[in-house]
Amino acid sequence: MWRTILRRVLIMIPQLILVSILIFMLAQLMPGDPFYGSLNPNSDPATIARMRHAAGLDLPWYQQYVKWVGNVIHGDLGTSYVVNKGWTVTRIIGQRIWPTLSMGIIAAVLTYVLSISQALLAARNENKIIDRILIVWNTMTSAVPSFVFYFVMMVLFVYIIPIFPSSGTGIDDTQSFTTNFFSNLRYAFLPALTIAVFSTNSIFQYLRSNLLDQQAQDYVRTARAKGVQIKDVFRKHILRNAFLPIASGIGYSITGILGGAIFAETVFGYPGLGALFVQALSGRDYTVITALMLLQGVLALLGGLLSDIISAWVDPRVRVK
Amino acid sequence: MDGKLLEAKNVSVDFRIDGQYQTAIHKLNISIKHGEVVALVGESGSGKSTFAMSVMGLHNSDQTRVTGSIKLNDNELIGLSERQFDAYRGVSVGMIFQDPLSSLNPLMKIGDQIAEAITVHDKQSKKVKQRVQKLISDVGIVDVQRVSQQYPHELSGGMRQRVMIAIALANEPDLIIADEPTTALDATIQAQILDLIKEIQQKKNAGILLITHDLGVVAEMADTVTVMYAGQIVEQARVSDLFNHPKHPYTRSLLRADPSEVNSGDELYAIPGTVPALKDMDHSKDLFLKRVPWLDKAEVEATVDEKLQKVSDGHYVRGNAWQNFEFLEDL
Ligand SMILES: Nc1ncnc2c1ncn2[C@@H]1O[C@H](COP(=O)(O)OP(=O)(O)OP(=O)(O)O)[C@@H](O)[C@H]1O
Ligand SMILES: [Mg+2]
Repeated sequence: MWRTILRRVLIMIPQLILVSILIFMLAQLMPGDPFYGSLNPNSDPATIARMRHAAGLDLPWYQQYVKWVGNVIHGDLGTSYVVNKGWTVTRIIGQRIWPTLSMGIIAAVLTYVLSISQALLAARNENKIIDRILIVWNTMTSAVPSFVFYFVMMVLFVYIIPIFPSSGTGIDDTQSFTTNFFSNLRYAFLPALTIAVFSTNSIFQYLRSNLLDQQAQDYVRTARAKGVQIKDVFRKHILRNAFLPIASGIGYSITGILGGAIFAETVFGYPGLGALFVQALSGRDYTVITALMLLQGVLALLGGLLSDIISAWVDPRVRVK
Repeated sequence: MDGKLLEAKNVSVDFRIDGQYQTAIHKLNISIKHGEVVALVGESGSGKSTFAMSVMGLHNSDQTRVTGSIKLNDNELIGLSERQFDAYRGVSVGMIFQDPLSSLNPLMKIGDQIAEAITVHDKQSKKVKQRVQKLISDVGIVDVQRVSQQYPHELSGGMRQRVMIAIALANEPDLIIADEPTTALDATIQAQILDLIKEIQQKKNAGILLITHDLGVVAEMADTVTVMYAGQIVEQARVSDLFNHPKHPYTRSLLRADPSEVNSGDELYAIPGTVPALKDMDHSKDLFLKRVPWLDKAEVEATVDEKLQKVSDGHYVRGNAWQNFEFLEDL
């Protein structure tokens, strides 16, 4: 098991290098440069050239890359020019990452709790009324466009049944998210629930049909022949086998945290990394965008690593000897 | 004990297919004494597993209707609730299946899968670990510690079937049902597994219902044989009587088509046609006769007495067609 993980971590190193080159090149291709948005268009071209030279932007790309990587390794991601002018990118991300992370984790936990319990309930009662209802509900949530759904959730839980605050994280810039961790989770819950309900439907449908497939397998008959009650057969045998192809997806839900956050944070006015990304994009905050893309690349690799570890953990056939 | 261990009377099983009940087995009578090995033979689709699953109570109750009477040690099984059946499965009767790989949970250690058969009926049991190890060594596995920590995919087919046998034996059942226990195994391993079953049966004096298509296995293992065709019994006899004096055309065809029975120079006989689909089974007739092209129509379509005819002591056969049946080549 540990050797599987070690091997997998080693593979990540070249992947990481590749990802960083890719992101660096993408950043190079972005129109304009860090000074583009923040400079007075009437500035003297000589001044601009001097500033570009000072920032090293006139060097060949591979030299710029090496310099950039060196800085990143030392935790220096540059300075924001637009969003929080003058702040280091590390500081901005350090502040914004906790709201997003807590929201993403709550969303992932809710997603799996909701989809597993619904799929079990549906499969245990195949073709009965409860099964039909769950299928219809999940088909509905997958058919409704996401913005309509977000809007409905917002109106429902903020205005009609006001149990959640409408926006914010409950912190200001001077406070750390972690100091008021639990009260802040209240703000994370509604966007997280919205993401969860929305991403539950595909897992529900997949898991339900897996459960039904597994129910027809021979090992289920063996367990029944031992005298194991059907509900225990589901709990001890069927669920784990049916969950197997989905388990690896849990790892990738880390990867999806940022992407999922972009929409939810914007709609719910929740100031995390997703909202930051939108701000940075519209302001062409070059350093912030690059840093977020790098973070996304790292999350993608971590997601892959985690999913492989989970697969090896739940499926003995995957473990290398 | 000389009472009957298993007494199945008039057992019929209907499956609901597209909203209609269709009969898969029709009025079966089979009994097994303590310590007796009863073989159930017949082509694929004749209803052997369907009968076994009725004894285990493992048919889906929404889709299946089981009628008649199945008594195990004088207790009626038909009509038991799921919970009552759970208490008897694995305790009074253990089952061994055809494919030992798919019959084991791929994600569970061997030791845990055997242990479950014990703990599910005896939650307090303290000596589970010792009992599991004893069972593993009883089925002829030497490397007890290691195998109990392994997963099914790490074992060979023969080892897996030994594990299945250990599971079936966990609570020392009076009756063991083995549904084609060696079909999925290599020839040499088959012999070992059959020896193991025979050895256990003699040691524990268990009754065995042995389902197989292999007449060689029947000759070696069984005391009596029941031959099934299209959901009905066509012949029932002691093994020696069946092999020496087969009566029913189907039994005779099976023996003639058995590769182990072919003497050098003889050509292997192939029974023409196939077992009919459930919806085409009219159980008032001798359905096998449809597969004897040289019989005249009146004989094929004749209604047959529901009760089997007694040929000699313990030897019963269905219908009258056997009395003047000849193979085309011999006419
Ligand atoms: N759950 C079910 N629903 C509908 N039909 C079924 C079901 N189980 C079995 N059958 C049908 O009942 C008939 C008898 O099947 P069964 O499995 O008992 O045959 P078998 O004698 O065990 O054959 P084999 O040698 O292939 O195992 C077949 O026509 C089969 O298609
Ligand atoms: Mg069968």
